[in-house]
Amino acid sequence: MSELSDLYQEVILDHNRSPRNFKKLEDADRKADGYNPLCGDQITVYVKLENGVIGEVSFQGSGCAISKASASMMTASLKGKTVEEADAMFDRVHKMLTGGSSPAVDAEELGKLAALSGVSNFPARVKCATLSWHTLRSALKGERVASTE
Amino acid sequence: MKALHEIKPAAANATPLDVERIRRDFPILRQRVHGKPLVYLDNAATAQKPQAVIDAIQRYYSEENSNIHRGVHTLSEKATEAYEGARSKVKEFLGASSARETIFVRGSTEGINLVAQSYGRAFLREGDEIVISAMEHHSNIVPWQMLCGQVGARLRVVPINHDGEMLIDEYARLLGPKTRFVSVAHVSNALGTVNPVKQIVEMAHAHNAPVLVDGAQAAPHMKVDVRELGCDFYVFSGHKLYGPTGIGVLYGREGLLEAMPPYQGGGDMISLVTFEKTHYNSLPYKFEAGTPHIAGGIGLGAAIDYINGVGIDRVAAYEQELLAYATRSLLAIDRLRIIGTAREKASVLSFVLDGVHAHDIGTILDREGVAIRAGHHCAMPVMQRFGVPATARASFACYNNREEIDTLVRAIGKVSEVFK
Repeated sequence: MSELSDLYQEVILDHNRSPRNFKKLEDADRKADGYNPLCGDQITVYVKLENGVIGEVSFQGSGCAISKASASMMTASLKGKTVEEADAMFDRVHKMLTGGSSPAVDAEELGKLAALSGVSNFPARVKCATLSWHTLRSALKGERVASTE
Repeated sequence: MKALHEIKPAAANATPLDVERIRRDFPILRQRVHGKPLVYLDNAATAQKPQAVIDAIQRYYSEENSNIHRGVHTLSEKATEAYEGARSKVKEFLGASSARETIFVRGSTEGINLVAQSYGRAFLREGDEIVISAMEHHSNIVPWQMLCGQVGARLRVVPINHDGEMLIDEYARLLGPKTRFVSVAHVSNALGTVNPVKQIVEMAHAHNAPVLVDGAQAAPHMKVDVRELGCDFYVFSGHKLYGPTGIGVLYGREGLLEAMPPYQGGGDMISLVTFEKTHYNSLPYKFEAGTPHIAGGIGLGAAIDYINGVGIDRVAAYEQELLAYATRSLLAIDRLRIIGTAREKASVLSFVLDGVHAHDIGTILDREGVAIRAGHHCAMPVMQRFGVPATARASFACYNNREEIDTLVRAIGKVSEVFK
């Protein structure tokens, strides 16, 4: 049961129940749709950029607790980051999700996002946790659609 | 004269199915997953294989492996005999008139594509209509959409009610002089609904439209007799019937198959080739280009022997009882809703838990050793119809028992604990 409680930590269940920034950004200047064809999860990520810095970021869509919590935590951690910083953050999160880093370093470098580290014990769920990040990357690149496949 | 398969079930029904004995025939069921005994409830995706099927495949590769229909040597004769012997078993299993009507394909999907591309492109024209139902698997939607794009035909969809039953009145309304083909599932993979196929066929035939029945989810769970159903085409997949993957069957009426052009060109499907003209082989070989999945065909034959040994009617009766028990057990769970509540169902139990996504259910159940499917089940229009992004689906086979249903219920309890 311990791997399960690592996966479904209280902070993740909380973001699932009450996702942050769960809305459409009417004045977004970047927007992309993301799909996970394996399970039908779909998400839209909205970004408002101000001089290369992420001003506001939000999302909408449907998915499992992991994908929803990951999207919610992502939006909560991106405000004020440059496009390059956001990109680097995704690489860092991906490393954590695929078991390529240690929990102590995750906590130090990723802060609250480290709550998702339990995903690394569930390879089938990595795509759930990365869907919002893939979609964000597409939005920042000016692409309209992202897919985990 | 009554065929053998029509007489057998009555005798088979006399004694109930000995599930513990059957379980011993499936070596994979002995394993543990995350330290818990495996409870395999993903049978609608693929069924496990009895030792007899595994042995038949191994025997073929270790004792008979050779190419069929061409060698004059002993091994080739043995392989040909085993492969064609399997075809005869399929013919008996489906109640077909002749082995010429049973074509080996990769699975149900390829069978449907074969009919859409061969029959469809030869006989359908712009403005013609193809009727399917709203509960179809993507494999019984997309091939027809592709055909529509090629010939300018139009796809019509029979709606379903909130229990997941096809609306027969709406179906009657859709049928007309433009209807040139009907293709429906025998049993829905996402909902478990058993469609009234005989009636569907009669109604289509009244408009001279041939009917394909997708039997992927039916053949493992009930007696199928294509002549009794009256259908023109019937497809099923070997791997859902305790056989190997990569092998399936297309049954077609001989007259229709004769009139259809080949699906693929190559070896084995010809009788004479010159650069000017090729003469095609006779049925069923006309539709079997290239070296087929010989081991798969032989494995499927062994699977059919296995089912005949257990008795398909006995399997059907046992699974009905198990489905009823599972339905009662799941309905007692707080916040759980069953998707697909048709009066006639077979072996599929799709459900949702309020506030919990099916994927999270699937992950937590897996940690309890319980394998189910979570997702859209390749039937996204069905999910849209019921307004859910996905469902969790438990699906049963003849080796599942009541204790496993109880384990499923306890595991769903864990889900509710995590997602309080």
